[in-house]
Amino acid sequence: MYRYDEFDRTLVEERVAQFRDQVSRRLSGELSEDEFKPLRLMNGVYLQLHAYMLRVAIPYGTLSSRQMRRLAHVARRYDRGYGHFTTRQNIQYNWPSLAELPDLLMDLADVEMHAIQTSGNCIRNVTADHFAGAAADEIEDPRIYAEIVRQWSSLHPEFSFLPRKFKIAVTGAPSDRAAIAVHDIGLRMVRNDAGEIGFEVMVGGGQGRTPMIAKTVRAFLPKQYLLSYLEAILRVYNQFGRRDNMFKARIKILVHEIGIEKFSGLVEEEWEQVRDELVDLPPGELERIRAYFRPPPFDPLPDVDQGFEAAKTATPAFAAWARSNLFPHRQPGYAIVNLSLKPVGGVPGDVSAEQMDAIADLADQYSFGEIRVTHEQNLILPHVRQEDLFALWQALEAQGLATANIGLVSDIIACPGMDYCALATARSIPVAQRISTRFAETERAHDIGDLKIKISGCINSCGHHHVGHIGILGVDKKGEEFYQITLGGDASEHAAIGGLIGPAFASDEVVDAVETIVETYLANRINGEHFLDTYRRVGPSPFKEKLYAAH
Amino acid sequence: MNAQVVTANRLADGQVVYFTSQGGWSETIADGAVAHDKDSATALLLRAERAVAEQVVVEPYLIQVTHKDDGDILPVRYREAIRALGPSVRPDIVTDRSGRSITTHFGNS
Ligand code: SF4
Repeated sequence: MYRYDEFDRTLVEERVAQFRDQVSRRLSGELSEDEFKPLRLMNGVYLQLHAYMLRVAIPYGTLSSRQMRRLAHVARRYDRGYGHFTTRQNIQYNWPSLAELPDLLMDLADVEMHAIQTSGNCIRNVTADHFAGAAADEIEDPRIYAEIVRQWSSLHPEFSFLPRKFKIAVTGAPSDRAAIAVHDIGLRMVRNDAGEIGFEVMVGGGQGRTPMIAKTVRAFLPKQYLLSYLEAILRVYNQFGRRDNMFKARIKILVHEIGIEKFSGLVEEEWEQVRDELVDLPPGELERIRAYFRPPPFDPLPDVDQGFEAAKTATPAFAAWARSNLFPHRQPGYAIVNLSLKPVGGVPGDVSAEQMDAIADLADQYSFGEIRVTHEQNLILPHVRQEDLFALWQALEAQGLATANIGLVSDIIACPGMDYCALATARSIPVAQRISTRFAETERAHDIGDLKIKISGCINSCGHHHVGHIGILGVDKKGEEFYQITLGGDASEHAAIGGLIGPAFASDEVVDAVETIVETYLANRINGEHFLDTYRRVGPSPFKEKLYAAH
Repeated sequence: MNAQVVTANRLADGQVVYFTSQGGWSETIADGAVAHDKDSATALLLRAERAVAEQVVVEPYLIQVTHKDDGDILPVRYREAIRALGPSVRPDIVTDRSGRSITTHFGNS
């Protein structure tokens, strides 16, 4: 697994020392809040409704068991015993005190973790497919390239003051599990006709006030040119991006305003100039980074483990879990295991310190010490032997981490919303809790099938509601919480922005509305269609009729 | 016009606090000094703002409250109710020493 370069270690330690000094000058009054605020934000520290919040980067969502134990320690020692995994594959702590933050950051630095580039108008923490290095359908491990981009973008002088924040996501597989189409830049690994590996480069996706699906600027970029091409895109953005208006400053607006052909022309022109300068990685460097992501020492195993098959037959609850929470591994005899952080009625993405410790132990015992964070706010043990699955399931059950609902109606993304977030217009977590309680029955959830509900507490869209099959956006109507519903959004390789179905629902109507939508789908589905298939076939009308019939 | 109190976050730990009539800051909204008209609200905020320069709090501002006959104070807006009483999804985390939990404000929905 990737370990920090010496360069990173020195840099992170220097940053913590600097921040310690800044905090003490703030507490003594030498620095005013106006002077201090940008400094704390550069270190991932926000002031939220109830307290300071610290956002810790988890590059491409990969964590070691050692790091997970440290996250548990931080939750216990500096927080209130829990943390919250976010849709950016980060973890947030909701209650640290300012005075203790430098010590907290030092404890994280010990395990090569930090909060740099989690805030501000820079290139943010790069995200990747959470099944990286394990997925059966993968062309190449995307984390190698995510890491290359991370090293290149970390404190890149030219790109620390971009017109606006900038998010990059990478997938190494044809199925998009990293929502690349709603990132400023999305990179998808592809093979060309000659069988060479490269990237399809997509630009200008995003959510928020003006949701957009990224457009392809280049269908095939030979992979050795990744950095020079990114550099060219960033330069064009830096030059033409709208710095005059915060709401128009994202690259998606630029791409939209000048059109993808013109944008693409500018990038190609710029690229001609930079591609032969020394920005691209020399091959030795690529191999060095690739070595960090070498596969663990898998055992040669038969494709199917008989004990696993027998356990499924004997224990229906285990079989249900295996159906929804396991994914095919590239290595025969292994499986990718999803740990659901969406227990019925629970807070999506919240994990207690005790659970974190237990997960770290299970990772050591069953998954080469590796853990992944998904942008859907769940965790993954990426490399588990099929023969260990039953024992692992029992251990996860005991920790409340084995809800059999991955990808189903109760596996809801919800941003912190008004319960924590200073920017919120309404709460999101309680809506998720009520929906998952309504659909608590495993059999019913499995019968409904693939259904992604995503909830945001304001138009900033951290809860990805625009790309939820059912998207829910909390709004404030004359001091009351209301919820707008969009249908048909999709974050996969068939990405689409959901369409507003009609007027918003009051808080006490919204769960019924979701149930009406689900029932309408079930009444219309044919031949085992997924929700999205049915929705695309029948369109919004039947849903609209049912939802607003009583109004 | 509604009654108002001044709220802010404490600099050292971010805790939500309310400006009291003694010129201090309390974690409990019921301790907040209440202004009943525009002029006294402005004056109250001005007094409270001194604590910014003294590194006690950040960003004080006025909020509308209902002042009950029994002296209890409740924020009008739900955002402020959540600030006063803690996350509605974690009733175990009580940030108000009166022991009230946010669920009493929202009911159980
Ligand atoms: S979507 Fe809005 S409410 Fe939710 S976390 Fe983002 S900024 Fe906060």
